[in-house]
Amino acid sequence: MEKTEEKKKNSIEIFWDEFSRSNFLVILLAIFTGIVLGGVLVAITTNEVYEAFRISFWSGLGTAFRTAWNTYVALFTGSVGDLGKIRAAFESGDGLTIRRAINPFFESLVQSTPYIFGGLAVALGFRAGLFNIGVEGQLFIGAVTGVWAGYAISGLPAFIHIPLAMFFGALGGALWGFVPGILKAKTGAHEVITTIMMNYIAFRLVDWLLKVPMHDPNEFTPKTPWIFETAKLPRFFDTPIRFHLGFFIALLMALLVYLLLFKTTWGFELRMVGSNPNAARYAGIKITTATVVAMVLSGALAGMAGANEVLGVNYRLLPAFSSGYGFDSIALALLGKTHPFGVVLSSLLFGFLRNGARSMQLTVGVPIDIVSILQALILAFIAAPAIIRTIYRLRESKTKEDLVSLRSWKG
Amino acid sequence: MTTTSEVGKIVASKGIRKREQRGRIIMGSVFLAAALITFLFFVGDLEPGIETRFVMNPGGGSAEAADWVFPTATVLNIVAGLSAMLGAYQIIRGFGKLTNGILALVSILFIFSFLSWASAGGQTNLAGLLRVMVVRAVPLTLGAMSGILCERAGIINIAIEGMMLTAAFVSTVFASLSNSLWVGLLSGILAGGLMGLIHGVLCIKYKINQIISGTVINIFATGITSYLSSKFIQKVQYQYLNEPGMFPQINVPVLSKIPFIGPILFSHNMYVFAMFFFVALLTFMLFKTRWGLRHRAVGEHPKAADTLGINVFKTQYMAVILGGMMAGFGGTYFTLGSSGRFDEVMTAGRGFIGLAAMIFGNWHPVGSMGAGMLFGFFDSLSAKASLLQVPLPSEFLGMAPYLATIIVLAGVVGRSHAPAAEGEPYEKE
Repeated sequence: MEKTEEKKKNSIEIFWDEFSRSNFLVILLAIFTGIVLGGVLVAITTNEVYEAFRISFWSGLGTAFRTAWNTYVALFTGSVGDLGKIRAAFESGDGLTIRRAINPFFESLVQSTPYIFGGLAVALGFRAGLFNIGVEGQLFIGAVTGVWAGYAISGLPAFIHIPLAMFFGALGGALWGFVPGILKAKTGAHEVITTIMMNYIAFRLVDWLLKVPMHDPNEFTPKTPWIFETAKLPRFFDTPIRFHLGFFIALLMALLVYLLLFKTTWGFELRMVGSNPNAARYAGIKITTATVVAMVLSGALAGMAGANEVLGVNYRLLPAFSSGYGFDSIALALLGKTHPFGVVLSSLLFGFLRNGARSMQLTVGVPIDIVSILQALILAFIAAPAIIRTIYRLRESKTKEDLVSLRSWKG
Repeated sequence: MTTTSEVGKIVASKGIRKREQRGRIIMGSVFLAAALITFLFFVGDLEPGIETRFVMNPGGGSAEAADWVFPTATVLNIVAGLSAMLGAYQIIRGFGKLTNGILALVSILFIFSFLSWASAGGQTNLAGLLRVMVVRAVPLTLGAMSGILCERAGIINIAIEGMMLTAAFVSTVFASLSNSLWVGLLSGILAGGLMGLIHGVLCIKYKINQIISGTVINIFATGITSYLSSKFIQKVQYQYLNEPGMFPQINVPVLSKIPFIGPILFSHNMYVFAMFFFVALLTFMLFKTRWGLRHRAVGEHPKAADTLGINVFKTQYMAVILGGMMAGFGGTYFTLGSSGRFDEVMTAGRGFIGLAAMIFGNWHPVGSMGAGMLFGFFDSLSAKASLLQVPLPSEFLGMAPYLATIIVLAGVVGRSHAPAAEGEPYEKE
């Protein structure tokens, strides 16, 4: 009966039928709803809106809408660039003016880069059924080992020094991921708690390293020495554009993670351990090995995020250099549905948002923390598609929409 | 006739016995190692005839106590001998159920010898150190109890941090507006409860993974409090919104006059007393009342609980709301009990450490308070490390509680027992 009914529908209806059940639509609507709610928040925390409401309801509503609109325009301009300015700059033909005008766009890509590494790290863990909250700590350790390879090893040509420093960063992060991995595999200690603890250990260790053994003697405050020219990730443009090779390394990593997870037997086994450990055990897969390797790889990716920041942006390590990239990565991995390419897209989205929000804070005075709020809202809607499906009266998905399969402390 | 399942049971119980034996030996070796380190590194490092002086008065208190001076080497030798004896007995016979208590004793002895060694030839204000320990334990213990309330009913709560932060913000604003600390406290508790309710709706109604739901709440709380803070209360014209005041110190009559113990335990603001009260109340409620039995049944075996007529969803909602309120109460400590103003991200990870304290304390209020005290002690010690003559950087002292948590989790203390049905959304059939 149902099939004959479906045949009567025209192609557009069939398309809509499929589309309204798809996860893709839910993601779009989740982002849209998050942005609308963020706009509402901006409007209701602005004094002018209340003053306008005192005049009349409609002028209040208009002002509220205009406030939210201006905020998002400022966000867009801050993340992509002022289109009018860009056109004028290209007409003037002056190199520096052009670079200044297009800088916001490339700066957003620079912001996205550590997100891609970090998001991949979390996503890889999720695929193996592991929740790596320790990306922040692994990132710090990766930055330390990366920067060390950058300033302590000299006399290498750039084409060896750069990969070596990146490798050191990955190695540091991998070590920091190995500890929770082996503990989980051998003793069942839950990685959520052990990675959080490893974070705090990493912060204190890095504080000490910057103060004593890695302290640049020419500086009063704790900082490491500058890295050698040969260790710096090459930049593609002159100042002020900081866009560097790290972005493409991150994309390459996304591709590698994709190939590993979906095109190799080992990746299949890893995903099986994540989605159904009992079945994996019966199939003869070594769960302990898979767990340890997944945590090591996850840590290595996180370490590369840290190395990327010191080798491509800062050129030295300062205390508290990461503004919570590691914690944001959790949201990004989930937003990207723990798929490597999804992670790239969500990282770009939040890289642009965060970069735009920084200049938005200066131009229209809306605090940068609006990005975290958007992040939380979007994440909640994506994790609970039922909310979105209820709001927009969409149909139930045909496929099961489990984002990740995580187990409780018992492991 | 033995069925396969019976054979399996026998094999399993043998495995458990073997693991217990191994655990006993590991634990005994830890005790022996503590004794050995005390003997070799602490005693061996001392000059002969040197003395340690512990100041037993935190200063500003009402009770007076004389300093405690003793010959360092002699006392440390006794302590090392005692630890060694305990270790030997643990390896040979085992303390059985008392093991965790003995571990606590050996740890305290070890910390004592470390302190005595570090302040040999000088002095350390022991009373001050312990007083700060109690204060620092407050948010950790309250956070841990929030976790216990939720997790005993089967809901993982990693959102303690976010709940605390929200409550800290809300309580500041309402206390400043109303000019009443109690209104601020109440609003903070309600805000925490609201966050708990949101956690409940997300993971009970919508069945989101509980860890993800907690992460959402943490990110949201950080975002919204920092947003409102930098938009309003950090600005000069809204300064009046960030002046909540603080709960005054209460000196308990008579008790606060006891030398040494009085100023450490009985001269604080109401949060310290509330912590002791809630620990006692929650222990009683969870383990001695019908309510507690039901609460725990839902966390261990929701299906059985449902069959017996317990409303699983109602119990879980109540658990997350009460847990949120407890975290909210703990959150108000940061503003109304400790600093008297709100600053962005001022909880600084204490909620997560509270979570660790909960696991450390084996999901039991008293154990969690013990863990909170331990973390608080290291916190207090690393703040004072620069005053001690120790060749160990304060950062390393600061790492100690986190390392200890990892070691505990890794099963040295014997596996911790999480509620059995934790983290699994309950589906009614």
